[in-house]
Amino acid sequence: MPKLKFEIVTAERVVYSDDVDVVIAPGIEGQLGILPSHAPLLTMLQPGEVVVRKAGEETAIFVSGGFLEVMQNRVTVLADVAERVEEIDIARAEEAKRRAEEGLRLRPPEMDLAAAEAALRRAMVRLKIAERKKKRPGSGGAQGL
Amino acid sequence: MATIREIRRRIRSVQSTAKVTRAMEMVAASKMRRAQERTIAARPYAERMGQVLADLAAQRQAGDEIHPLLIQRPVNRIAVVHISADRGLCGGLNANVNRRTVSFVLEQSVPVTLVAVGRKGRDFMVRYGQEVRAEFTRLGDRPSILDILPIARVVIDDYTDGLIDEVYLSYNQFVTTMTQRPVLWRLLPIEPATIEARLNVEYIYEPSPDEVLAELLPRFVEMEIYHAVLESIASEQSARMVAMRNATDNANELIEDLTLTYNKVRQEMITKELLDITGGAAALA
Repeated sequence: MPKLKFEIVTAERVVYSDDVDVVIAPGIEGQLGILPSHAPLLTMLQPGEVVVRKAGEETAIFVSGGFLEVMQNRVTVLADVAERVEEIDIARAEEAKRRAEEGLRLRPPEMDLAAAEAALRRAMVRLKIAERKKKRPGSGGAQGL
Repeated sequence: MATIREIRRRIRSVQSTAKVTRAMEMVAASKMRRAQERTIAARPYAERMGQVLADLAAQRQAGDEIHPLLIQRPVNRIAVVHISADRGLCGGLNANVNRRTVSFVLEQSVPVTLVAVGRKGRDFMVRYGQEVRAEFTRLGDRPSILDILPIARVVIDDYTDGLIDEVYLSYNQFVTTMTQRPVLWRLLPIEPATIEARLNVEYIYEPSPDEVLAELLPRFVEMEIYHAVLESIASEQSARMVAMRNATDNANELIEDLTLTYNKVRQEMITKELLDITGGAAALA
């Protein structure tokens, strides 16, 4: 079976680039599983994890949002921010989560509610991914998906 | 003629200057390498995004509603994002980009407002009496895209609010270590036609082409500004490295000349003393 040429790029760097078998991504209209020979697609992403499977091994990468393009077995994610599991800063994510929750609870008048909610969602996804990685040390990340 | 002590002091002072410029050269050299790497690392994203944008633009039908960032309007007011370095000691770099922006401003028949990025350009423009709409200094040597977002925000908001009708970017483009070129080009409205569309494929869009485009365009602007800032930093570091290397060479040359003079004066003094002694001895005999 042909492989997918998969790449996650941010404005700052190429985060991940490899030939893979499957890509699972958090599309704006729901979770997407992409196999080779997928039709051309352009979708927005929501904050979540992109999981790639290669020879039975899985790798999870956090993305904060962006775009995903499928084109002739090339899958490209244009991410706003992307982090590999081992790069996630747990302390910072906890802090961001706490701040966002506090903001949502107190609701100061000048606060942008949507932004706080988005921040909370990003922090929680980061923590979830990092958490799962911790429980299975040595594995490539999400195995139970 | 200078006394021996004066020359010696002078040599020491030039030596310490040479040490400083040598150190600055090395620091700039290593920062330059990293700045160049970052500029290159940012390229794949820019290329991919340009492609996606071109593909999207190619799908447009006549009569579709045009996104605000793509609309050409009659120009009543222009904004220039003027990107310079925070620091000097980098040759004519800042002066060049300042001059480029000023000559552009003078050519325009409509008022021009500035968004100044970098302290040197900001200071110059304020002294020059140019209106500065916003300023961003102390971005540092390694700005992340997050540091750039406020700049893009100001530009996009002013543009969509109709305060400005065109936006230009002015910065030093990194050509080679020896050459940096001040460039100035139009950022808004975006002209997707400048990027070539790939073979015509029918995409599935989620949620819809218009919504994807609306999300994509502001990011395109952010990315372009980020890229310009990276180019400017790479230029700054390489210009500084070259300037400091010249300064070090000049200092070393000066030290050589001074050392020669010092030795000559010293020799003359010894000769004079010897003459005095032999003269004295001859008088006694």
